[in-house]
Amino acid sequence: MARVVVNVPAEAKRGEVIEIRTLAGHPMETGFRRTQLGELIPRDIIRTLACTYNGVEVFRAELHPAVAANPLVTFTTVATESGTLEFRWTGDNGFSATQSASIKVV
Amino acid sequence: MRFFILLLFPALLCAGEIPPAERKSGYEFMGRETRAMQDDQLTGPAVLWLLDGEALWKKLDCAGCHGDARASMKGVAARYPAVVQGKLVNLEQQVRHKAPQLSYESRDLLALTAYVAHQSRGMPIAVEVNEGSKVYLESGKAFFHSRQGQLNLACAQCHDDNWGKKLAGTPIPQAHPTGYPIYRLEWQTVGSLARRFRNCLTGMRAELLPHGAPELVSLELYLMHRARGMKLESPAVRP
Repeated sequence: MARVVVNVPAEAKRGEVIEIRTLAGHPMETGFRRTQLGELIPRDIIRTLACTYNGVEVFRAELHPAVAANPLVTFTTVATESGTLEFRWTGDNGFSATQSASIKVV
Repeated sequence: MRFFILLLFPALLCAGEIPPAERKSGYEFMGRETRAMQDDQLTGPAVLWLLDGEALWKKLDCAGCHGDARASMKGVAARYPAVVQGKLVNLEQQVRHKAPQLSYESRDLLALTAYVAHQSRGMPIAVEVNEGSKVYLESGKAFFHSRQGQLNLACAQCHDDNWGKKLAGTPIPQAHPTGYPIYRLEWQTVGSLARRFRNCLTGMRAELLPHGAPELVSLELYLMHRARGMKLESPAVRP
C-alpha cells in the first residue's frame, strides 16, 4: 500500500490563499538506470497528481523521470467554502493512491 | 634531523579529538533547502518511515512489553550502542531482538528504528562508558584512527583533521552520528549508520565489513561517545 501524506490547514478565512503540501512515498525509478549486469531497470514513476476541492479540480501536475523519489508537491489555492479536498496520484504499473482532507472556511 | 622533527610537529599537533565548542552537527554543513527538509515535521521525506514504524510497533506488538513508544522509548536512542547481555549492540540490533525476521537495511527495520529513534529527538547523546563497554570504545577509537584500505586512510584524517574543507565539491563533516537513521538524498531513501560507514569504506577502498560487524558497532559507540552531549536529530536529512 502506498503511503501518502497531505497537509491542509484545518481552518481558513474565506478568500484566503492556503498552502497545501503533499508527500507521496514512491521510488520514482527513472527507467534510465541499469543493474550491475547491464539490464535496464524499467521505468516506474508517478505520472499525475490531481486535487479536487468539493469536486472541482483546482490543481493538476504531471511528473516526469527527473523528479526525485518520494515527491513533495506544494501548491496554493483559495479557500472558497468548507468541504473536502481529494488528492489522487496515478502512475506506472497501475500505481494509484488517494487521500482526502477537510477544511473549514469561516 | 632536527629540521625534520620541526616539520613533523605541526602535523602531530592537528591530530586529535575536536574540542566540544567546535563540534558541529552535519546539519550545519547543509544548504538552506536541505535543512528545510529536515525541519519539516509534517511532510519531510522521513515522515513516510515514521508512519510505517508506528504501524509496525502495533503490528509486531512491541507495545505488549514496551507500552506507548512515545513514553517508553524516550531517550533510548541516545544511550545506544550499549552492552546487552555481555555484547555490544546498536539500536538496530536491539530493535530486532524479538523480530529477527527484520533483516539489516530492510525498509521495516529502518522504519521501526527511525520511529524509536525519533522519540529521542532533541535529547543529548549520552552513551554509557563502563567496565563492560570500555573495551569496545577503545577498539572503536583504534579503528577510527588506524589507516586502512588501498588509499591508506584513517577516518580521523578527514573527520578530525580536515573537516570543513571540501572533498569532491562537498564539505567534509565532523562525522557525528546525530541523526541516524537518516534520509539521505544521494540514496533517495532512509539508511542506517552502518550503510554510511560502508560508503566511506568503499571510498577508502578498504575491506567492506558486513552490516552488524562488531568493528562497525564499536566504531558507532566511539562516534556516539565522541558526539556526547550533542542533540539527536533522528531521523535527519543529509545530502
